[in-house]
Amino acid sequence: MTATATAPPLDAADAPPPAEKALRRRRRGITATIVTTLGALLLAVVFLMPLGYGAATALKDKDGVSDPNADILPVSALTYEYDGEVHDVYAVPMPDGTTRDLALIEPGRESSVFIDPDDPGAGPVEWDGRWRTLEPVTGLNPQWGNFAEAWNTISFLRLTGWTLMYALVTMVLTVVSSAVVAYGFARFRFPGRGLLFGLLMATILLPPAVTLVPKYAVFLQMGWVGTYLPLIVPQLFANAFNVFLLRQYFLTIPKELEEAARIDGAGPIRTFLRVIVPQSVPALTAVSLFHFFYAWNDFFEPLLYLAGNREIVPIGVGLSYFSGVYNSEPHLILAASLLALALPVAIFLAAQKVFVQGIVVTGVDK
Amino acid sequence: MQRREARWGYAFISPWLIGFLLFWAVPIGASLVFSTLDFQLTDPDATTFVGTSNWERALSDPDTWTALAATFRFTVLFLPLSLVVALGLALLLNSKHLKFTGFFRLLFYAPSMIPLVAGVLIWQQVLNPQTGWVNRLIGLTGIDATGTDGIRWFDNPILVLFAFSFIGLWGIGNAMMVNLAGLQGIPTELYEAAEIDGAGWWRRLRSVTLPLLSPIMFYNLVIGSVAILQYFVVPWVLFGATGRPGGASRFLLVHFYQQAFVFGDMGYGAALAWLIFILVALFTGVLFGTSRYWVHYGTERS
Repeated sequence: MTATATAPPLDAADAPPPAEKALRRRRRGITATIVTTLGALLLAVVFLMPLGYGAATALKDKDGVSDPNADILPVSALTYEYDGEVHDVYAVPMPDGTTRDLALIEPGRESSVFIDPDDPGAGPVEWDGRWRTLEPVTGLNPQWGNFAEAWNTISFLRLTGWTLMYALVTMVLTVVSSAVVAYGFARFRFPGRGLLFGLLMATILLPPAVTLVPKYAVFLQMGWVGTYLPLIVPQLFANAFNVFLLRQYFLTIPKELEEAARIDGAGPIRTFLRVIVPQSVPALTAVSLFHFFYAWNDFFEPLLYLAGNREIVPIGVGLSYFSGVYNSEPHLILAASLLALALPVAIFLAAQKVFVQGIVVTGVDK
Repeated sequence: MQRREARWGYAFISPWLIGFLLFWAVPIGASLVFSTLDFQLTDPDATTFVGTSNWERALSDPDTWTALAATFRFTVLFLPLSLVVALGLALLLNSKHLKFTGFFRLLFYAPSMIPLVAGVLIWQQVLNPQTGWVNRLIGLTGIDATGTDGIRWFDNPILVLFAFSFIGLWGIGNAMMVNLAGLQGIPTELYEAAEIDGAGWWRRLRSVTLPLLSPIMFYNLVIGSVAILQYFVVPWVLFGATGRPGGASRFLLVHFYQQAFVFGDMGYGAALAWLIFILVALFTGVLFGTSRYWVHYGTERS
């Protein structure tokens, strides 16, 4: 850049000199950067706006939620506690022309007694005039108690506990079984391998609904409906997405490592445990995370199989029950929703690197 | 030796093989059998063979046609919208003019991490006709959005599709990331060559980016269409089995769930499930059939 900047200007009349041209291009580049970045920021603000709305509304009191003219922030009339009693605060025009925010402690028809919340030591202030004509003072007044109320009403700990149990147990089962199956597809030649792998991939596109009626009938016969068994047991048998991702990763591990293990007398199971698994920690972590979020979000099958047992539903189903009952209290619904999203979003932020790599591997190599 | 290897291979994949038989192959076949029975969950002992009457009922049930229409309308609106937005965001994130790429990637991906039910409940309030921010923002432009004749997102069969779409766009992160990875895999020499040939931004997008990204667009298209044909959580959380407004939330899976598990009519439910299965198979079949006309796979790929 400095090389062109020091070049002497030639032919200044016809074309802009190289230095000026480079400068202009650079300036255009900076403008494009500013416009693009600001545009992206605006887009992100619009995209995430509902979260801001959710947070602001979850902190409102019940009146503030349902009033269409209410402030967008959680404001309410200010009060002041004096001598053990709660008093409203008003904007009081004083004789000297200023306006002071004072708490009304002794309302009277033609004159009232106020106290200054900022300086109660100064004693009561007497004011002549009709207090009913005064404007109440509002201020930011977030109702943090809404979160506590939502926490208790939805039994947040119980919902989270069941969801965590479901997500973690099925995560272990599906990752272990999928890794075993993926190793089979990645490293062994056997008749029908291509066909079977195609069949496995096809199950990604098959609608689960077409299997539900007989499965439900059988699980009902077995007394499993109303328990987590119909949700957990199938995870013992691997999952197409996970197998695909893990197989893809196993194929990148050099075969020499396994051959060395085999020469040392290790059988396929030992080779898998001692060579493949330690080499595949990143892929196993990514698959575990994917499944964790999938299970956290799972709705249809828990709704179906746990329908008779509301005490043990995971958080998605629990939230939907709650919103049906509490639809006149949106601030509580929003507080509950924010509680429900806090943990998964926090885990995602902590593990985003692994996560993003995993998405890339699954999508691109398809 | 070879036979030994094959035996180990089958042993390793056996968990999936058993699971495939138990939880896919046999239930799919059994569903077909169930669809020929009058099997009520409330009275399983009275089950009788009824031949094709469940299928005839499925095709003459007005709710089936409502569900097909709802699914069709939403597909026409949301599928192109989601593909374009996912591509647009990926192009933005891949732009050399964008600073703080990692930060923006995180912001646009984050809503995909929000549990769907929580997201639905938040959007339900944001789109509240009187107090929601969307209508209040529209109100700022002078349109009477919040009044009694205002914009009622959940009471109008067309507007509700936009409400579904807003919620759907919150889950666009995966498609966006896959597109972004695809964009980053396109060799920069191709762009440089196109630039030397005088190609502008639009031309480069059409002649370089889109053809090279077409396998990934195809993947997003297939996954997206299969997901829409099984759309359930959002309409269910918002409207249950009511189908409000005007049948717009009676999607195929809602219809199926109501018949099979709310009313307990398992035989009829099985017929509806098979109908969904046939639709998904047809739709993906058509997509794969047309793919060779527009999806470009590099010649060096096996």
